[in-house]
Amino acid sequence: MQRAGELVIRRLIGSIPVLLIVLVGTFFLLELASGDAVDAYLVSSGGGDAALVETLRADWGLDQSPITRLGLYLWNIIHLDFGHSVLLNRPILDVVLERLPNTLLLMGSAIALSFGIGSLLGIVAGSRPGSARDRLLSIGSLALYAVPSFWLGLVLVVVFSVQLRWLPLSGIETLASGKAGLHRAWDIFRHLVLPVGALALIYLALYLRLMRAGMVEVWRQDFVLAARAKGLSRRRIVWRHVARNALLPLITMLGLQSATMLGGSVVIESVFSIPGLGRLAQEAVSGRDTPLLMGIIVISAVLVIVTNLIVDVVYALLDPRVGASEASA
Amino acid sequence: MTKFLVSRRTLLSASAALLASTALPRLAFGQDAVKGGRLIVAADSEPRNLNPAIVASNGVFFISSKVIEPLAEASFDGENGLAPRLATAWEGSADGLSATFTLREGVTWHDGKPFTSDDVAFSALQVWKPLQNLGRLVFANLESVDTPDPLTAIFRFSKPTPFQLIRNALPATTSVLPKHLYDGTDIAANPANAQLVGTGPFKFTEYKPGEYYLLSRNETYWGEGEPNLDEILYRVLPDRAAAASALEAEEIQLAAFSAVPLADLDRISKVDGIEVISKGYEGLTYQLVVEINHRTEQLANLKVRQAIAHAIDKKFVVDTIFLGYAKPATGIVPQNAPEFYDASVPQYDFDVDKANALLDEAGYARSADGTRFTLRLLPAPYFNETTQFGAYLRQALAVVGIDAQIANNDSAAHQQAVYTDHAFDIAVAPPVFRGDPAISTAILVRTATAEGVPFSNQGGYSNPAIDKIIDDALVTVDEKARTELYNQFQQAVAEDLPLINVAEWGFITVARTSVHNVSNNPRWAVSNWADTWIDG
Repeated sequence: MQRAGELVIRRLIGSIPVLLIVLVGTFFLLELASGDAVDAYLVSSGGGDAALVETLRADWGLDQSPITRLGLYLWNIIHLDFGHSVLLNRPILDVVLERLPNTLLLMGSAIALSFGIGSLLGIVAGSRPGSARDRLLSIGSLALYAVPSFWLGLVLVVVFSVQLRWLPLSGIETLASGKAGLHRAWDIFRHLVLPVGALALIYLALYLRLMRAGMVEVWRQDFVLAARAKGLSRRRIVWRHVARNALLPLITMLGLQSATMLGGSVVIESVFSIPGLGRLAQEAVSGRDTPLLMGIIVISAVLVIVTNLIVDVVYALLDPRVGASEASA
Repeated sequence: MTKFLVSRRTLLSASAALLASTALPRLAFGQDAVKGGRLIVAADSEPRNLNPAIVASNGVFFISSKVIEPLAEASFDGENGLAPRLATAWEGSADGLSATFTLREGVTWHDGKPFTSDDVAFSALQVWKPLQNLGRLVFANLESVDTPDPLTAIFRFSKPTPFQLIRNALPATTSVLPKHLYDGTDIAANPANAQLVGTGPFKFTEYKPGEYYLLSRNETYWGEGEPNLDEILYRVLPDRAAAASALEAEEIQLAAFSAVPLADLDRISKVDGIEVISKGYEGLTYQLVVEINHRTEQLANLKVRQAIAHAIDKKFVVDTIFLGYAKPATGIVPQNAPEFYDASVPQYDFDVDKANALLDEAGYARSADGTRFTLRLLPAPYFNETTQFGAYLRQALAVVGIDAQIANNDSAAHQQAVYTDHAFDIAVAPPVFRGDPAISTAILVRTATAEGVPFSNQGGYSNPAIDKIIDDALVTVDEKARTELYNQFQQAVAEDLPLINVAEWGFITVARTSVHNVSNNPRWAVSNWADTWIDG
C-alpha cells in the first residue's frame, strides 16, 4: 500500500503543470474566437446602444487586456476562487457543483454499464474465437460503435418515449414533482435509462473488442496449453486464466474513457435535456464565458486526473509488475 | 365573460381570413374555462437577466410577462390595438410635452404592498429611461413624472414626444417594477431581477437552472376570476428536435416561438390532439433583411444594390425556406403594421435579365469565368431560416455573376464581425419590427453614431435626407403628419436601398388541443396568459 501512496502523491504533483497548460490553452483558444461575452449577450437580449455596450464591457472586466485577465484569473484559481459567471450571473463554483452530480451519475452509469456488459460479451466472444457467436457479437458491436450518439439518442426517444411511452422523454427527473426518497430515486432511474443506454451501447463495442482481442492473444500462450494439459475444465480456463489476463488493457481503457465520456455527454445531455457539465460547457463557449468554461475544465481535469489515478492504483494492485517498476523508477 | 365573447368573435372573423392556411385557432364554443391545472411549455433559452423592465426582449418576456405587467398590452380589438393592463386610460397632450396615465385601482404586488403611481414614476425614471435597451430611445426626453395622486402618473418630456410612439411602445417598454424593492439599490444587480416580483396573474415560484421555471397562481390578481391556470412550468429543452417529441409524448402542452422547426410542422399537424397555430405574433414581426456594407466599392453603387434586389426570388424564399409561413416583404415597414405600412413604394421584382443589365450598366462586366466580383456573405446564425437564406442568396447571386463567399459564424462571432469590425460585404439579419418604426427599425438605416450595437446600421450607410425624416418623426406630435413622414421614409428607403427587405414572418405555436385561449392577442406568447386554460 505504501507503493500506491507514493504513486498518488507523485501523480498529483505531476498533474499541476498539466492543469496549467490546459487552462492557459483554453483561455487563448477562446480568446482567438471572435466576439466576446458582451457580443453574445447583446444578441440574446435583442440589442442595446453604445453606452450599454461600454458599461457592460467595463462591468464584466472585458475592457482589460487578455494577459491581465488571464493573470487575474490564475491568481484567483490558486486561491480556489473560480469567479463569477457573466453568462448565468452566478458564482461559477455553485453552478458547476450543481451540475456535476448529474454528469457523474450519467457518465458513471454509462461507463459501468458499457464496461460490465462489454467485457462480459467480450469474454463470450473470446472464449471461442472465430465461432458464429463471436462473429455476430463483433459485427453487432461495430455497427453500434459506428452510430452517432445523437442519432441513437433520438431513435431511442422516438421508440420508447414517443411511440411506446414506456420511459420519460428527457430531463433528469420529473420537474417540480415534489417526489422524495425512494420515489425520487426510481424517478431518476427511469429518466436515466435512455441516455445511459445510448451512451453505453456506443462504448460497449470498445470494451467488447478489446476483451476479445486480449483473449485471442492469451489463448496462444503456453500457460493456457499447460492448463489444458492439466485437464482443467474449459470454463475454468476461460475465466481464471484467459479472461483475467486479458482484463488489464480494459482497465487502461477505462481511465482514458472517463475523459472522453465527459466530452461525449455534451451531445447526450442536449438531446435528453439533462442539466450536466457537458451542456454547460457548450453554453459557456457560445456565450464566450471564459471563466465559466475554465471552471468547468479545471473541475473536469481534476476528475480525469483522479480517475486515472484510481485506475493506476487498481492496475498496480492487479499487476504487481507495473507498480514495482513505477515506484522504483 | 363579455371579454371572452368579444375575443371569440374576433377569433372567428380572423380565422375566416386564415382558412386558406393550415393554421386554424381552436375555438372554444360552448365551453367554459376550466380552473386549475399545470400548463407545461417548452423554453429554449434561460435569459441571464429576467427583468423585462431592463431587458425588453422576447426571450425575457416569454417568462416574465406572466409575472410583471406593462401599462397596456397589444390587442386585436382594442382601441389603437391596445388593451389596458396596469393603466386603464392614457392621453397625450397636444404639445407632446406630457402624457397622462390613469392607473388601475386595487392592484397589489405579489408581496402584498399596494401598487401606486410612485411605482410607475420610479420605473420610468430609474429603469426604462436609463437602463432599458428600448426605453433608452423611447423615453430619451422624459424629464420627470408627476404623481398628483396614487392612481395618476403624468409623464413630462423636455422635447415634444409623439404620443403615437409612446402608445405603440407601451406593451414592450413599460413593465412596472415595485419601487419598494428597487429604490436605493443597484437596480441592475438587484436579486429581484432573478426572483421576480410583479403584479401579474402568476407569481415567480422557482427556477432550477438547466431544468425549469415554475410560476404559480396569484390568488389576489386584479383580473376577476383570473388566472385560470394554477401553474405554468417552463421546461428547458435546448435540443431543436426535443419540443416536437415532447409534444407528441404529451410531456409538454405548448411550444411557442417556432420551437418546433418548420420542417416538422407538416408531420406534427397530422398528429391527433396537436394543432399548429400561426396567429398571435402579429405584434412581433421579424424581417428577413440583406444588410449591405456601403463601404464596399461595388455596393456603394445603387445599380448594384438594385441588381441584388432583382436577383432574389422572394416567392421562392417564402415557399421553400419558410415553407409558406412568411410573406414576401415590400419594404422596410411590414404589412402587419397597417398604421404605417405603405404598399406604394418601388418594388424590385425577381428579374435576372434586369439584374444582369444593371450590373453591366454599373460597369462590372463578367470575367472569363463568368463572375463579375466577389463578396463576403455573412448569414446571421440566430435562425435556421437566416442560414438557409444565406445559402440561397449565394446561389441567386451566382446566377447574375456575383460570387458570394459564405462565412458561417456563431452568434458572438457574427455580432463582432458585422456590427463591430464591419468585416462583411453583405449579411443576412433578422431585425424585429416593434409596433413603431422609431423603436427598432429606423436605426437600421440611420447614420450610425457608434460601433458594436447589434441590429443597427453598421454598413456605413449615411443619407442626410433619410436621417432628417427619422429625426423629424421623433418630435412630430401630430399623428397624421408623423405617419406621413414614415411614408416618405419607406419611399426613400425603397428608392435608395440601404438594405434589402426580403420577407417577414411571425413565429409558429404548436399546442395540444387541450390548451385553450391560445394566440388571442398579437403578442400572445409574451402576454400574461391570464385567460388561458387547459382541459381538466
